Amino acid sequence: MSETDVMQKVVTILTPYAKNPEALAQVALSTHILEDLKVNSARLVDVVLAFEDEFGIEIADDDVDAVNTVGDAVRLISAKLS
Amino acid sequence: MDEPLSPAEVLAAMPHREPFLFIDEILEVDDDHIVAAYRFRAGADFYRGHFPGNPITPGVLLIEAMAQAGVVAQGIYLLGRAGAAEQGPLLMLFTQAAVEFTGVVRPGQRVIIHGRKLVFRHRMLRSQVEMQLESGDAVCHATLSGMGIRQ
Repeated sequence: MSETDVMQKVVTILTPYAKNPEALAQVALSTHILEDLKVNSARLVDVVLAFEDEFGIEIADDDVDAVNTVGDAVRLISAKLS
Repeated sequence: MDEPLSPAEVLAAMPHREPFLFIDEILEVDDDHIVAAYRFRAGADFYRGHFPGNPITPGVLLIEAMAQAGVVAQGIYLLGRAGAAEQGPLLMLFTQAAVEFTGVVRPGQRVIIHGRKLVFRHRMLRSQVEMQLESGDAVCHATLSGMGIRQ
């Protein structure tokens, strides 16, 4: 799966949790999931569970701590898939 | 793995106190479930207004009682098991609810709350929680979530 495909799926998963539609419309690898998209931090585990289901991977809790931007998520997922 | 907390230790570790502690006793607790009991005080002031001549326990307090048992107390147990307390105190906060009411609780009635863990990841706990009267009549059920927050 290409990084572009991963990015599209990541954005699709983030969409229902994003409370800032303007930031979502201009989403990029550098977009911050909490600060820019305004995803509630209490919902991050739901996002991670959705990543795991969608991509068939397991993401350790320590890895979650290192994910701040959309690009962090895309790179983490791509590394797990490779 | 740390020694598991006893039900009494979990109750003592609750951050809530009277008049906003809605657990009298924890009857059972383990990694997957919790059973707690609370008697809504017949003399509680809010019954005067909710409703005059027809006192019914407010639904928000039923949700609070379910969250205290199914999220906060269960979370204290799980975080204690995970040894998370060694990294500094954590406050388990109630963050999310999907709830359905099927009955009412009158002043002085005792309720039994059953919580079952659905997900416990990254300090986030989600539980399926049910409240019944002592008669076994169902009062409400909910899916509730909470997070352990560093203080």
